[in-house]
Amino acid sequence: MFDQQREAVLRVEDLSIIYRTKRGDVKATSRVSFDLRPGEALALIGESGSGKTTISLALIRKLPKNAVVTSGNITYRRDDSVQDLLKLSNRQLRAFRWKDCAMVFQGAQNAFNPVLKIRRQFEDTAQSHGWTDKTAIRERALNLLELVRLDPERVYDSYPHELSGGMKQRTLLALGVLLNPQIVILDEPTTALDILTQRAIIDVLNDMQRQLHFSIIFISHDLSLAAEMADTVATVYAGEIVEIGPVNDIFYRSLHPYTYGLLTSVPTLEHMQDHLQSIPGSPPNLIDPPAGCKFHPRCAFATDACHKDSPPLALDIGTHPAACWHKDRLLESRKEPV
Amino acid sequence: MPQPILELKQVYRSFKRGREVIPVLQDINFSVNKLEFLCLVGESGCGKTTTGKIICDLLPPSSGAIEFEGVDIAALRGADYKRFRRSVQIIHQDPYASLNPTHTVYDMLSYPLLTHGLGNGRRGVRQRVQELMDLVDLTPVEDFIDKYPHQLSGGQRQRVSIARALTTEPSLIVADESVSMVDVSIRIGLLQMMMDLRDRLGVTIVFITHDLALAKYFAWEGRIGVMYLGRLVELGRTQEIIRNPQHPYTKVLLSAIPEPDPEKTRSKEHIQLRSEDIPRLTELPPGCSFHPRCPWYVEGVCDDVVPQLVSLAGADSESEVACIPLERGQELVLHDA
Ligand SMILES: Nc1ncnc2c1ncn2[C@@H]1O[C@H](COP(=O)(O)OP(=O)(O)OP(=O)(O)O)[C@@H](O)[C@H]1O
Ligand SMILES: Nc1ncnc2c1ncn2[C@@H]1O[C@H](COP(=O)(O)OP(=O)(O)O)[C@@H](O)[C@H]1O
Ligand code: SF4
Ligand SMILES: [Mg+2]
Ligand SMILES: [Mg+2]
Repeated sequence: MFDQQREAVLRVEDLSIIYRTKRGDVKATSRVSFDLRPGEALALIGESGSGKTTISLALIRKLPKNAVVTSGNITYRRDDSVQDLLKLSNRQLRAFRWKDCAMVFQGAQNAFNPVLKIRRQFEDTAQSHGWTDKTAIRERALNLLELVRLDPERVYDSYPHELSGGMKQRTLLALGVLLNPQIVILDEPTTALDILTQRAIIDVLNDMQRQLHFSIIFISHDLSLAAEMADTVATVYAGEIVEIGPVNDIFYRSLHPYTYGLLTSVPTLEHMQDHLQSIPGSPPNLIDPPAGCKFHPRCAFATDACHKDSPPLALDIGTHPAACWHKDRLLESRKEPV
Repeated sequence: MPQPILELKQVYRSFKRGREVIPVLQDINFSVNKLEFLCLVGESGCGKTTTGKIICDLLPPSSGAIEFEGVDIAALRGADYKRFRRSVQIIHQDPYASLNPTHTVYDMLSYPLLTHGLGNGRRGVRQRVQELMDLVDLTPVEDFIDKYPHQLSGGQRQRVSIARALTTEPSLIVADESVSMVDVSIRIGLLQMMMDLRDRLGVTIVFITHDLALAKYFAWEGRIGVMYLGRLVELGRTQEIIRNPQHPYTKVLLSAIPEPDPEKTRSKEHIQLRSEDIPRLTELPPGCSFHPRCPWYVEGVCDDVVPQLVSLAGADSESEVACIPLERGQELVLHDA
């Protein structure tokens, strides 16, 4: 478990990002704030298009050209030095990616250069960050490949096409932590992988985190993955974090109607679940999102207040912060026997 | 005795790639009873979609037979064959790819009515289109009828696909992963709608997915067939399979699935595979295809004989499993990971 008391390695404050498009500005991230502590696994969950990838791209400063950060700052701490990520020079950025923060993208199994052996890809990465001792690189690489439960010697000497999708994904995880980053960002790490491959990746990630003590931000639409891996869960809806808290609070004591709606729309393996229900409607268009609470058109608790004013992400009722005017009503409705 | 609406008998299907022959389906035998909830599950590439296409005769089997209402469809000609094609419809995996971007909802729903001569004049067709949209909750109709696919959400597109499959008044629908491309918050609603259509229209639905929790939800009162590398390895009542899986592959699969409940999913015991490598279809291992990965593998048995789907002595009468040690009544012994 991570230490709640230690100072955050990453602090995101009031981050807003838009994409400029011909049809108008896409408000992809709106006033997002969160802290990431040493060793913490934070899950950002939400539906496709809710803005999860945009947040993570901002963290490593890889936003596409038409993106504009319209507010906020991101501070990164290593030991006693503090950096404002939005102000890094290109040279500082290159060092930051990999050494401080590694990112494994959606569908990243194709990220390897197909004509280079895995060994070369480890060496090139290390060397481009000033690490030249090939024996030392090899030793670290083999250790990491073993940690991700691969046959180290064989994989180190393979070409990417000789590895299955799941093996590539694990090799990529090993490569990602080669330079001992403090933060690893995973965008949909198991989406499009088979169940048994998914299981292997989850177990490997847990092992790696236990041994290497990095912090994880992972992005997923898969609630089960968050339930299994996260210390902290943030629900993202229409570009905003609408609820954030410890994993058990989110799953057993959710305060936001959207989070609660997600939870009551996924089947589990046991029992017939007669109470399962979809959230009516669909996520809003982010060029022209609804006024007030962006969830109001789909919300069973919405009142006039919700149409007018946007609720703050506040810790007033319950165990953790959520952005809703009527948390009390959700809590009340859940007390009634189903 | 329940009446089968459809039966697959020793169906094989392979594809050629260059000189290689890829055996995609082998020895598939099962029947679908009228109005039963049947779900085919399995990991990517195990042959679910291919099975679905063969059921609808969009793809012929390499060998074997498909019987619809007791008649071999290979023997159907003329009007009889047309009637079969109308009676069996498929809803495709990807609602984005399967709808023509230049057609409005009205175009997409009226076209099959006109080509099959099912509408009754212009007005009749329009009325039928409205009825169909009503059935799939694309209402108010006037808000949607003139829209193009890009103007619809994923869930609405999926409803159009379902409505289109209903135009010919089918008695059997194969729904291939038709909710997995859709966001979690709306997929259960689509599934509920399909289950409801079954009751209202008397249409049998075969649901294909790789999500066992979803399969469970759909087929709670029915059966699940589990596929692995082109073969059915277990077929039985859903509640039985979920609570008491027999085949080693099914057991491993159920143990591996993360669940949306932190305490439950973290206390789950995971059965370790002997190997994580998935064999290629062109290099299938001898004997049981699962044997190189199977944690209960018996040397000299599992790598020798290809198991057939059989009922086990003393087990649930409706359940069938393809595993040699189980068939022989041997106790399974777990290998050390
Ligand atoms: N036309 C084709 N030519 C060659 N191989 C094919 C063809 N169609 C399917 N296959 C192969 O047959 C196997 C089974 O494919 P199928 O689409 O039935 O899998 P599936 O179970 O539906 O998978 P998924 O869950 O990914 O949809 C795969 O290995 C696939 O690559
Ligand atoms: N390069 C881009 N240009 C314009 N809009 C974009 C771009 N990338 C993403 N978007 C839009 O921003 C919103 C958030 O997208 P994204 O961050 O990818 O969400 P998620 O990862 O949660 O699926 C969506 O409405 C998406 O269509
Ligand atoms: S603020 Fe209003 S509309 Fe938004 S989630 Fe809460 S009750 Fe629903
Ligand atoms: Mg994304
Ligand atoms: Mg398929």
